[in-house]
Amino acid sequence: MPSPGDSGAREQWPLWEVFVRSSRGLSHVHAGSLHAPDETMAVRNARDLYTRRNEGVSVWVVRASDITASDPDAKGAFFESPQGKDFRHAIYYTKSEGVAHL
Amino acid sequence: MVTTTHATATATATAPAAAATMADGDLSEDDRVGLARFLELIESDSRVEPTDWMPAAYRKTLVRQISQHGHSEIIGMQPEGNWITRAPSLKRKAILMAKVQDEAGHGLYLYSAAQTLGTDRDTMFEQLITGAAKYSSIFNYLTPTWADMGSIGWLVDGAAICNQVPLCRASYGPYARAMVRICKEESFHQRQGFEILLSLMNGTDAQAKMAQESVNRWYAPALMMFGPPDDESPNSKQSMEWNIKRFSNDELRQRFVDMLVPQAEILGITLPDPDLSFDEETGHWRFGELDWSEFYDVLKGNGQANSVRVAKRRAAHENGAWVREAARAYADKQAAAAATAAEAATLAQNEMVAA
Ligand SMILES: [Fe+2]
Ligand SMILES: [Fe+2]
Repeated sequence: MPSPGDSGAREQWPLWEVFVRSSRGLSHVHAGSLHAPDETMAVRNARDLYTRRNEGVSVWVVRASDITASDPDAKGAFFESPQGKDFRHAIYYTKSEGVAHL
Repeated sequence: MVTTTHATATATATAPAAAATMADGDLSEDDRVGLARFLELIESDSRVEPTDWMPAAYRKTLVRQISQHGHSEIIGMQPEGNWITRAPSLKRKAILMAKVQDEAGHGLYLYSAAQTLGTDRDTMFEQLITGAAKYSSIFNYLTPTWADMGSIGWLVDGAAICNQVPLCRASYGPYARAMVRICKEESFHQRQGFEILLSLMNGTDAQAKMAQESVNRWYAPALMMFGPPDDESPNSKQSMEWNIKRFSNDELRQRFVDMLVPQAEILGITLPDPDLSFDEETGHWRFGELDWSEFYDVLKGNGQANSVRVAKRRAAHENGAWVREAARAYADKQAAAAATAAEAATLAQNEMVAA
């Protein structure tokens, strides 16, 4: 499924999801969405809409309809696998407590 | 910039929680599971996200509130846009333009949030210009003097902030996130308004008089932005149970008045309410009765500018139609050209491979 809000071809301009990198060294983070006729205009609109106060040094736009999301109804089953696998976390290992640099 | 839930204004929202309206037998197994999960999220003060199951009435309440809020931001550009060309200095003009641009942005954030609930922006635009949708009544007042730019910033944006800060914790994720962004931007709006009034109060007698008269006009309407008194706001209770609204209309109004009084003192402005007095016992400022007949009258469409505001919005929308069409046509043409070029490149490559 695409991202929520995508209206297919119902609207005059498609919906885009906007991701903003707030500064060098950080990831692009989802900021919101907007409407634009094409990718060039989407990037410009994203600059005007989401970076009016130096919020970003880079923006990505993705057509909402191009996003593939996990099935919201399969939540439990889909994300179940880490359950009961505490050994994936460092705190599972207690014997090394007190040992320096470990 | 603004939001009130205008609970009594829209008769559609009388529906209580879906759970109560649906006999248990009407619920499918999926709905039963979804509802249980929804109630759990609300109970634990967590957030509901777009793909979660939610009661139809919750969705409807949100779409109505968020779109009404978005429309208020969009219409709210007009009373101030009215002064951009006549701002008294280049600096004030730049500030006012930045503020009005922010309000456009707020409208777009909110339309996006509402769109995640299944009502697209084109539909909301349509509802606004046909008069099917409401926006905050405050924007149906005219702005005859420059001092009104001060009053709007100080009082109207001030009331909006008071209303919106708790909405940053609204249970619907996209709405709450939009509010966080909006609240960050609003603080400059209120301060610049305050400074406009302060400059006027420190100016000539005529300027001070202009500021006082403007505040006289905006004070009561700003207080009414929080919506009708609690006992006349039947839907507030449901909104509070759903963690959309965190404080009642009257609580927020009181909070606002308590903030205004000391600020007015600094400005040297008199708040136009002879009944304003400090209540030692409660630590709050008591204020006089508001004229709710005026509020309902403006809501009904009899404000100073109801028809002007919608007509102007409609004209802007219709005059922009060719731009939207042209941009769409250009995008389609570019995409077609890119597709043809890609096809040609593939063909050429295949031929080379074959040769
Ligand atoms: Fe504002
Ligand atoms: Fe705003």
